[in-house]
Amino acid sequence: MGAQRVLVVGAGMAGLRSAEGLRAHGFTGEILVVGDESWAPYNRPPLSKEALHGDLSHDKLVFRVRSNASDVDWRHGVSARRVDLEQRLVHLDDGEVVGYDALVAATGVSARRLQIPGPPQTAAGRRHVIRTLDDAIGLRAALVPDAKVVVLGAGFIGCEVAATAVKLGCEVHCVAIDPFPMVRPLGPELAAELQRRHEAHGVVFHLGVGVAEFVGDHHVTDVVLTDGTRLGTDVVLEALGSRCNVEWLEGNGLDLADGVLADTALRPVSESGALDGVAVVGDIARFPNLRFDERALRVEHWSIPTDTGRRAGAVLSAYLAGEGYDDVVAVSWEPLPSFWSDQFDIRLQSYGMPGLADPDGIRLLEGDLHDECVVGYHRGAELVGVVGVGMLRVVNSYRDKVGHPTPT
Amino acid sequence: MSLKVVVDWDLCQDHGQCAFAAPEVFEIGADGRMHVLVEEPDESLRNKVEDAADVCPVQAITLQG
Repeated sequence: MGAQRVLVVGAGMAGLRSAEGLRAHGFTGEILVVGDESWAPYNRPPLSKEALHGDLSHDKLVFRVRSNASDVDWRHGVSARRVDLEQRLVHLDDGEVVGYDALVAATGVSARRLQIPGPPQTAAGRRHVIRTLDDAIGLRAALVPDAKVVVLGAGFIGCEVAATAVKLGCEVHCVAIDPFPMVRPLGPELAAELQRRHEAHGVVFHLGVGVAEFVGDHHVTDVVLTDGTRLGTDVVLEALGSRCNVEWLEGNGLDLADGVLADTALRPVSESGALDGVAVVGDIARFPNLRFDERALRVEHWSIPTDTGRRAGAVLSAYLAGEGYDDVVAVSWEPLPSFWSDQFDIRLQSYGMPGLADPDGIRLLEGDLHDECVVGYHRGAELVGVVGVGMLRVVNSYRDKVGHPTPT
Repeated sequence: MSLKVVVDWDLCQDHGQCAFAAPEVFEIGADGRMHVLVEEPDESLRNKVEDAADVCPVQAITLQG
């Protein structure tokens, strides 16, 4: 019998953490990671923040790899076309078919594009997205002083890029269908305050409107909004959220309605139950977190690839070893989601799931909304999330109060 | 060679996540800045220090040894 093989599809942060997690939990067989990008796993959050006006190089962004994972095989620039979960075979886009003893699905998300006709959806067409290092390199080249930038979408990524573009001397318009920037999940009061701060730095918001038309042949020259406003532009950034890269998993009876439905052991769940020997990690994992409730949710926070990768490493190592598997599966696993955002001089730090709050459950816990503060997000009497604007030590003190973790 | 913690202070932005992963080694001071309490922690803390390096948002922590 040859060595066991784990195939990790997706060479981002979640794929890396899964490989490290397998080694940390004693798996000694072969680990092969395939990914469609040409780069070794790197840290994405700086792409819309400091790296966009600083040192935008893979060297600076690449993740350190734990010494225990130095023998992992990496194949970059290769993606999975489809998988047969019954036969345990993955078909790669270079024609190779790879068998496995356990599989990790870590293919992440892509930037969602606006389905409105217009010039090419490329840097040359001046229509950018920002998800990969290559995207960021293309965008940065366009963010020159006095460039007219139109950011479509006022979520965290859109607002971070807006702030960065202002710092780089660009004229920035931000367009969103929402009534306030980042209103989901921050709620209207904090969102309105952050809008005010962005406006003080020169960002012009167009809220409650969408895009009617992109004008231009080879590249965008104007964006026409649904209220008739016409914005001349040199750069358009579509920061409109994400779509899950799960097409390769189709045809296996999985629930792919929003990422991949999984249980608390991160096993994909089909009508016939949870599938052993497969783990779903990172942005595509839709899993229940009993810290909050039994509802399976996808969480695109930076902490999740690490938490899910470690969990997948523990579950699959036990599965492959045939030892203690039921115990590992049954462990209560209740990660605390967290994310941060830097916009101008504002540092936001969040713990938990603010988006789960009742509409009337958002309350100032500490400080002053117009200065530094901590805002609490409640569902009934339960604190489901906190967001700090500055006040890092204070918001950190709320970490253990979020949700209702099962006592261990 | 014993375990050594190296922080790139040009990168560190005082997020403080390391102090939750390895409180024996990292601390958020009263000044709000990160501090390394033990530069050469005991081998038994290796996994915690690795965890701390993983959760650093700006990847400012490396391990030697």
